[in-house]
Amino acid sequence: MTTRRIFLRNSALAMVGMGSAPLWLKRTLYAADAPSPRKKILIAIFQRGAADGLNIVVPHGEKAYYALRPSIAIPRPTTAGDQDAALDLDGLFGLHPSLAALKPLYDQQLLAIVDAAGSPDPTRSHFDAQDYMESGTPGLKATVDGWMNRALPHEEAKISPLRAVSLGPVLPRSMRGSHSAVALQNVADFQVRNAEAAQTFERLYLEAKDPAIQAAGRESFEAAALLRSIQKQPYSPAAGADYPRGRFGDSLRQIAQLIKADAGVEVAFADIGGWDHHVNEPAQLANLLREYAQALNAFWRDMGDRMADIVLVTMSEFGRTAHENGNRGTDHGHANCMFVMGGPVRGGKVYGRWPGLEREQLYENRDLALTTDFRDVLGELVLSHLGNPTLASVFPGYDPKFLGLLANT
Amino acid sequence: MRTRRWICTAMLVSVGVSAYAKKSLFQQEIPKQERIVHALNRLTFGPRPQDEARVRSIGLKKWIDLQLHPERINENPVLIEKLKTLDSLSMTSEQLVANYPTPQMIRQMAGGGLPFPADPDRRMMIQKLVERFGRRQKQGESAPPEGQELSSLLTPDQFRLLRTGTPQERVIAFENLPAEKQNDILIALPAGVRQGMFPAAPPELRRKIELTAGPQQVVAQDLAEGKLLRAIYSDRQLEEVLTDFWFNHFNIYLDKGADHFMVTEYERDVIRPHVLGKFRELLEATAKSPAMLFYLDNWQSVAQSADQARRGIAARRGLNENYGRELLELHTLGVDGGYTQQDVTEVARCFTGWTINQPLRGGSFNFNPRTHDSAEKTVLGVKIPPGGGIEDGEKVLDIVARHPATARFISRKLAMRFVADEPPVTLVDSMAATFLKTDGDLLEVMKTLLESKEFWSEGAYRSKMKSPLEMVASAVRALNGEVDYASSLANQVAQMGEPLYRKQEPTGYSNSGKEWLNSAGLIARMNFAVNLADNKIPGVKADAAQAGISLGSPDFQKR
Repeated sequence: MTTRRIFLRNSALAMVGMGSAPLWLKRTLYAADAPSPRKKILIAIFQRGAADGLNIVVPHGEKAYYALRPSIAIPRPTTAGDQDAALDLDGLFGLHPSLAALKPLYDQQLLAIVDAAGSPDPTRSHFDAQDYMESGTPGLKATVDGWMNRALPHEEAKISPLRAVSLGPVLPRSMRGSHSAVALQNVADFQVRNAEAAQTFERLYLEAKDPAIQAAGRESFEAAALLRSIQKQPYSPAAGADYPRGRFGDSLRQIAQLIKADAGVEVAFADIGGWDHHVNEPAQLANLLREYAQALNAFWRDMGDRMADIVLVTMSEFGRTAHENGNRGTDHGHANCMFVMGGPVRGGKVYGRWPGLEREQLYENRDLALTTDFRDVLGELVLSHLGNPTLASVFPGYDPKFLGLLANT
Repeated sequence: MRTRRWICTAMLVSVGVSAYAKKSLFQQEIPKQERIVHALNRLTFGPRPQDEARVRSIGLKKWIDLQLHPERINENPVLIEKLKTLDSLSMTSEQLVANYPTPQMIRQMAGGGLPFPADPDRRMMIQKLVERFGRRQKQGESAPPEGQELSSLLTPDQFRLLRTGTPQERVIAFENLPAEKQNDILIALPAGVRQGMFPAAPPELRRKIELTAGPQQVVAQDLAEGKLLRAIYSDRQLEEVLTDFWFNHFNIYLDKGADHFMVTEYERDVIRPHVLGKFRELLEATAKSPAMLFYLDNWQSVAQSADQARRGIAARRGLNENYGRELLELHTLGVDGGYTQQDVTEVARCFTGWTINQPLRGGSFNFNPRTHDSAEKTVLGVKIPPGGGIEDGEKVLDIVARHPATARFISRKLAMRFVADEPPVTLVDSMAATFLKTDGDLLEVMKTLLESKEFWSEGAYRSKMKSPLEMVASAVRALNGEVDYASSLANQVAQMGEPLYRKQEPTGYSNSGKEWLNSAGLIARMNFAVNLADNKIPGVKADAAQAGISLGSPDFQKR
């Protein structure tokens, strides 16, 4: 097994040889005698388009659920193990049958669910709601950075250029801010392929007049240097880790690759779109959830023991109407569900107060009401898992109330 | 060499604008000698080496005026010639369905459920695909391996020639084959061998190669190639910039079902004719377009019975709020435009019955009075009396198109594209005033923008990060690159984060430049720059060896 130390030494030597070793790496190299504790890692998954939480974590114990959704409700769990029926969790809730790959994680108490959770802002605009959730400041448009960037603990020592990574061609709002954060589409591709040009570019970007371009350039070249050493070995996931084809599976596989290469990842972000099911929801949701669950399952298997240092959390900008619309779909709603998965998680439980689905219990008479602010979930993970105590600056103006999601709190 | 020196000069000129103190910078005029480059950077997809002198000889003011009246500019014959090969761009949605069928439709054609295309060449290719499909169907599991089919058509020597050598040599080998067998051979060849000829193939052969790879993909490819060719070659540059802007404002996602065949007509006949016209007309054209009706689901939205509505229960079919919401949030008022959830629902009710005839055959707008909710509605405080029909929706368009919030929202978005990521309020206000005074005349709004001191200010100059499309098009233009086909350029734009016609969300791509500033995008830009200058982008000739560094430099990423 390659330890972080050996990796650092080898890759840094390789880079010194090329004359482009980043400072943090050189310094770590010479201080490599001290054991380097593994970092805690927080991964956020954004389901863009407003996933239908009520058909993901199905309140099959609620009569009203079936009245509100005559043609799209997920049937109650059966003892016969009906293919279309919900997978019972606790008598009230069940998982969508396409989430079967997540059931073992729930059963092994690695997966917790927080229901009726989300952003308290009433907006039903995808764009605004995503923006608020990613900035971590619902209702405040002026916030310039993202919650995940602010969540990075302050470090005295030089840190890895891949400390904060997002998979995809653009850096998401959650990751923007003063700490360097890298967007990458593909681990294998992240290089200026012409080495001579790369050196000239590096100089030009470091000298750039525009500070934003200069910073992005510096991050790019530092990350590229580190990635060169990781790219040398083709990645093969652990046995049994079967990532689904497609962008989301690719994203999680590459996050896994970086983690297993000890690249110094502390926070990572990936998103999966296509949840905005206004029309003919059942078949589309089933397919998407299958891909989603398979990717999370593969990541878990791939990580093996490393899951002890990892917490993964999922979110979507808002939920969907409690009642179905006229086209076997649902329109924009309010509260949703969040998944929290990982070694430190006290899983096997649905957290949050269930508000009910009777008409008078609904938010504005139409949507699942919100009983847990998403910052309660994220705040606990930032403080207790990442070890960043300055929650007041991660979620300004909000005092998160912890649910006790993690074993050590 | 001349090209390189020109780019260097452009870069030197740009030095000196910093990010802070933007406010006061919008009051400072840029030096006279920089005005032409600035105008070229903002009203075109980037200056070509000869452009500055050309604009100077015409006169900047006159040149801008011409750009505002594209109908007075004779389009570049080079562009017209290049667009001819992209024949799908001039077809109706219905013709697209017939000529570029999906695999499912090819199966229907095989079964006689759909007619074959009329064009003889196209018809032949599709028939061959259908025959092949039929053969496979019959033989089922026992279908002969690819090789056997080929060996009845080609000698081993002929096959070897198609598989080896430069693309030119392969194309010559192909053209030496008996003409009557060429189509069969093309279809039977492995995809890699077909693609091996592609870079050197003449346009007709290229089209056939694309058709064999999958007819329905041609539609998407022609759209993306057409956008790039126009951006690079059109002499009506501002019209191209605005067509891109307004398509993005009224975004449609090409891969949403039937929209695949509707986007071509949508951009050409709904967006393009109105980009310097009246906003109200543009809005109605989008509202009644099959592309938008399908994309935002309004075609399926029907009146809920009063009883269902009172009990909050959904019928088998009923109201769909998707279009109503995005109309207010994204197309007109803006998210802070002062509407409520109740307004969204009322607007959706007004648009019930606005639907599509035969969406899977290309589709056309249809108002269906039987599914329209004709009860009274109130939209933004305005009563819409009961008993109305199609005019209910049209009244909503009247209300929102002339709303002050819309004037501001549209003005600010235009100012973001043409002036700065955070445009000064004074500019937005004067544009919005023009919008309201002229009943949403987009030409007049653009004039106000272009005559403002903010547009010609240091705050605007070189302040915008180029979008991937702008980066790619401007790089080719800066080198006077010769584009034979643009599919590789389209792939580059996608790599940088802006797959053309494929923004899934109705928001479209951001108009803010900083959206595009990130490590993945920068690395992709640098690689593209070097490859373009080294003549390594298939389909593009641009011998400019050392220019790669300039095109990938920080300065070239801004406009």
